Amino acid sequence: MSIVKKKISEVDQATIRFAGDSGDGMQLTGSQFSDNTAIFGNDLATLPDFPAEIRAPKGSLAGVSSFQLQFSNKDIHTPGDDLDVLVAMNPAGLKVHLGDLKDNGMLIINTANFTPKNIKLAGYEESPLDGSLLDGYQAIKVDMTKLVATVLEKLELSSKLKARSTNMFALGLLYWLYGRSLDSSVNFIQKKFAKTPDIVEANIKALNAGYYYGETLEVIKTTYRVNKAKFEKGKYRNIMGNNALAFGLLTAAQRSGLDLYYGGYPITPASDILHYLAQYKNFGVKTFQAEDEIAGVVSAIGAAFAGDLAITATSGPGVALKSEALGLAVITELPLVLVNVQRGGPSTGLPTKTEQSDLNQAMYGRNGEAPMVVLAPATPADCFMMAYEACRIALKYMIPVILLSDGYIANGSEPWKIPDVNTLPEMETRILKKKEGFAPFNHGNPDLARPWALPGTPGMEHRIGGLEKWEETGHVSYDPENHQKMVELRQEKVDIIARDLAPAKPFGKESGDLLVIGWGGTHGALRSAVETAQNEGMAVSHLHLRYLNPLPRNLGEILVKFQKVMIAELNLGQLAAIIRAKFLVDAIGLNKVQGKPFTQTEVFNKITELVKGA
Amino acid sequence: MEATNTQTLTRQDFVSDQDVRWCPGCGDYAILSVVQKLFPTLGIPKENFLIVSGIGCSSRFPYYMDTYGFHTIHGRAPAFATGAKLANPDLSVWVITGDGDSMSIGGNHFIHVLRRNIDMNILMFNNQIYGLTKGQYSPTSELGKVTKSTPMGSLDHPFNPPQLALGASGTFIARTIDREQKHMSIILEEANNHKGTSFVEIYQNCNIFNDGAFSELTEKGTKAETQLVLEQGKPMIFGAENDKGLVLEGSNFKIVKLGKHYSADDILKHDKEDKNLAMLLSEITYNPDLPVPLGILYQESKPTYDDMMTNQIQEAIKSKGPGDLEKLFFGTSSWIVD
Repeated sequence: MSIVKKKISEVDQATIRFAGDSGDGMQLTGSQFSDNTAIFGNDLATLPDFPAEIRAPKGSLAGVSSFQLQFSNKDIHTPGDDLDVLVAMNPAGLKVHLGDLKDNGMLIINTANFTPKNIKLAGYEESPLDGSLLDGYQAIKVDMTKLVATVLEKLELSSKLKARSTNMFALGLLYWLYGRSLDSSVNFIQKKFAKTPDIVEANIKALNAGYYYGETLEVIKTTYRVNKAKFEKGKYRNIMGNNALAFGLLTAAQRSGLDLYYGGYPITPASDILHYLAQYKNFGVKTFQAEDEIAGVVSAIGAAFAGDLAITATSGPGVALKSEALGLAVITELPLVLVNVQRGGPSTGLPTKTEQSDLNQAMYGRNGEAPMVVLAPATPADCFMMAYEACRIALKYMIPVILLSDGYIANGSEPWKIPDVNTLPEMETRILKKKEGFAPFNHGNPDLARPWALPGTPGMEHRIGGLEKWEETGHVSYDPENHQKMVELRQEKVDIIARDLAPAKPFGKESGDLLVIGWGGTHGALRSAVETAQNEGMAVSHLHLRYLNPLPRNLGEILVKFQKVMIAELNLGQLAAIIRAKFLVDAIGLNKVQGKPFTQTEVFNKITELVKGA
Repeated sequence: MEATNTQTLTRQDFVSDQDVRWCPGCGDYAILSVVQKLFPTLGIPKENFLIVSGIGCSSRFPYYMDTYGFHTIHGRAPAFATGAKLANPDLSVWVITGDGDSMSIGGNHFIHVLRRNIDMNILMFNNQIYGLTKGQYSPTSELGKVTKSTPMGSLDHPFNPPQLALGASGTFIARTIDREQKHMSIILEEANNHKGTSFVEIYQNCNIFNDGAFSELTEKGTKAETQLVLEQGKPMIFGAENDKGLVLEGSNFKIVKLGKHYSADDILKHDKEDKNLAMLLSEITYNPDLPVPLGILYQESKPTYDDMMTNQIQEAIKSKGPGDLEKLFFGTSSWIVD
């Protein structure tokens, strides 16, 4: 085989996807490429996608696991729509994902898994490698498994274990294609498998084999370079949303001088928050894996009463179980943060897929008038700031707060500029030190916060609970006038927080033909689509809400400055209903419930239709 | 602030300013009185007591005690108490619950708190009926109980609370009764002294919806024959004349008469650390031919969840050093842009 010198082509961005069986290690491969990309200096956004089953039937369509990322020399907001490169490790991966590959896109296939059985499982009549299916793509067919076996010939490992390194071969090949250093993954492998030197050797050899195999591939005439993006000066790391969220909680605890208490029950896609926090015991973090969702939140309410910064995290079905307890936190006015990493619903729904359909649940999902503060992070890195903010509001106002994350930003990652924690907003608590004039339900301050009188403090013994209570004393009360007053007070406690929030500011002009409103994890797709539309001269702006209850004070003023308002959300129009009811605007919905984020193309098309089609 | 001097505490320090609203004649009054008398004697600063309850008649208890108190939601008191204890391990935590609150809607929390052995005391007022919802049968009501919701008699077999607690790996399992205040006080003091979850079942008369459920156990004429008061190391003797005792025949209890054939030495001695014996004693709860055991059925010393959690945190600080956010954030996959 002769080695031909390859042409190097510089491109602004690339979108690649690794796809294979659940057991093929696609998530690891994708996250390795992401970390490498981040360290190299590109901007990036990722989209992991995996089945709910731990090991779905091998080779089946349901068992396909994939990891997509877009990286760029510019500021980007999404993991990309169409693929420049698709790596398909088996026929099912090819079947599920080929439709997303651009015309003439690069298709890298591990032919080893294209057995008659797998081909049939994927629903192909005949091998897709033989027919015309792959015409129109740059198909590169490699028996990766065999090549890996050859390189690892001398290692004393079972052939099954050797085959497990095949994903590293694919990773090496992609590193070569984009001119990357292997260092970050070599370090990772050495650390991860430190206890099994044979596995370290196998993986590093496979990684190198993939890298150098590229040189010998005659069909690839060009390799690509995506230059570094321009970032502000500072320290950075690549971070997933759930990790950033855990960091935000931890920082809030450190800055407020409180111990962090986490009570929760494992649930996809929120469990990682518990996993992260459980590693930070040296920060004094107390994690309690409870017997059920209810015990998770109720134990957190107990910890809040006793003076910890109390957190519980879950997903929609868990919130349903916790709702009675949330009402208790509302009526006892305790600082509590509930994180809901939303997934497809109702019921068990789509556990590993993203959706934004729990906004109504967050707003209204409790008996009685039980308003709660609702916040939503916009991107994986924003999970840090919004988790911190949720804690700040809970403590300052003595109020429970819901933080609505979602599966997309929880598992997605992007570069995060590591903040100087000393510059973050101050943390204020209502812990009462002096017993003179103490009354547990005294709201005599502009923030309507009641005092936090912690058990163990002499002279402040008091009893509260789920029954309605008199203002000031907190004693049980069935008085009709008092109940009205307390219900209104609890609503007002939420409403006045708007004073504390920066006014909303649209991205783009402050008036125009169309305002695109979104919230939560749809930020990237909406921003990209609006940017494209603006570049094409359309008078469209983007407003992304991170505070959903209360809404920003000036929202009504912004709405009237646009001819049309479009609200894009991954549900059937929950925020739209709130905005329509509150501001009487004829908001138009862009709604999608497929367990997948918006593509920027579908948002752009809707924008075009609304701006130009009128 | 300085802790309260525990030497000068009296019953009055624990009486809150709230009117007690149980029905006149309710067994709960007796329990409240015992607890109010006991707390000042325990050597615990008043501000360190935390009383937590669920929902039901018994769960109004915290309002009547001048301590920190929290009236939670139905069945969830053990979960609340768990969080509070983990947040502040110095607290002396008391859970007040009923047979419905702890064994029906809160059954899951009940078994798990026992399993974890979190240092707290659970007083379950067992009146074998739902009082606050006006008289439906409860998970400890006898089979065939006729109530508003079961006009032809209930169809479910009752829980055996000490046995349930044993099955859940409880480390302190005791039973007392509202009418025996001296006995109750001793048992509650022992519960307080026990490190771990102490479970005390208190038979309590609901004079409105289930009056006389325990009358055989409490009435002068019968109680000597129906109560088996357990004392550590002492033979299991009962009866008006102290003339009856229990011996084992195979794995079953048999009543024998003291005198000609049996002396006190032949009678089975109570050993609260013997789990097998505790199983047998709890098994006779509903046996009409045998007396009902009162006292500490079982006690075992086991590490508590709260202590182990504190230890893990201290170990982590020792091995990794106190948490440093900057070091944590700026891990291996990070970079600097100049």
